[in-house]
Amino acid sequence: MHEDVGKNVKRYIAVFVALMVGTLATVGAAQLQLAVAATITVALLIAIFKGSLVAGVFMHLADERNAIYAALILTAILFAGLILLPVLAYLDRVKY
Amino acid sequence: MEIPYTVEARPDTGLPNGKLGIWLFLASEVMLFGALFSSYILLRVGAVEWPHGELSVVLGTVNTIILIGSSVTMVMAWASLKMNNWGRHRLFLGLTLLLALVFLINKYFEYAEHLGKGEGPGHSTFLAIYFTLTGLHGLHIVGGMIVMAYFLGPGAKMWKTNPEQFANRIEYTGLYWHFVDLVWIFLFPVLYLL
Repeated sequence: MHEDVGKNVKRYIAVFVALMVGTLATVGAAQLQLAVAATITVALLIAIFKGSLVAGVFMHLADERNAIYAALILTAILFAGLILLPVLAYLDRVKY
Repeated sequence: MEIPYTVEARPDTGLPNGKLGIWLFLASEVMLFGALFSSYILLRVGAVEWPHGELSVVLGTVNTIILIGSSVTMVMAWASLKMNNWGRHRLFLGLTLLLALVFLINKYFEYAEHLGKGEGPGHSTFLAIYFTLTGLHGLHIVGGMIVMAYFLGPGAKMWKTNPEQFANRIEYTGLYWHFVDLVWIFLFPVLYLL
């Protein structure tokens, strides 16, 4: 157990460095004055990458039981529905 | 009455009850913040114009670094327990609490600057969603701090009577704390940069 945790500590430090780089990359990309769509895409892709690292490594989601995956898959489907609502509302707007 | 499956895994789920419980709670939190993110998108795409540069990117970046740092110290607090190093556990948990406090102090200065200029939630749609999202996130920070303070204070005595259950409790606290960090990872670009 101690050896496993010891190995994980090195992984936590590596993830910390990756998260710092990701944060600076997000700020840097926002200063590039790209098109709005490109800026949003880059920032969200970096945020998804950083979020995956936190969930996968710090929250140990990369190595969890099926009961947790089942609950999170259902959550992800419902979350996607929530995010889809404003998109559908936008597509259904009245055009002048 | 003794609560079952606090340490050993429940046969049907393969998990201690507390772990499944905290993940179900976090799932409900995803839906809570998801509804607010959904509202943000709806308000933004429906707005004629959306302000840029209203918030301090420097302060937002510093707070992001602080919260990421606190996630590392939190996971190290748990790892230290697993390595039976009580002193390091206390150090890392204390550091996490301190970083959370610094985050809130920065947030206070940010809020004070806006409110001092009369820019409250009623000032604009952007500030309304900004105060709602960051206010709710801030309340989660406060909640995490209360739990950490408990485990640094009166809750710490469980380490002597039931160390495995105590380590599990710290793990669940960590899961909650990493989720709070995860939410900020998305709040930062959405509110400060885009």
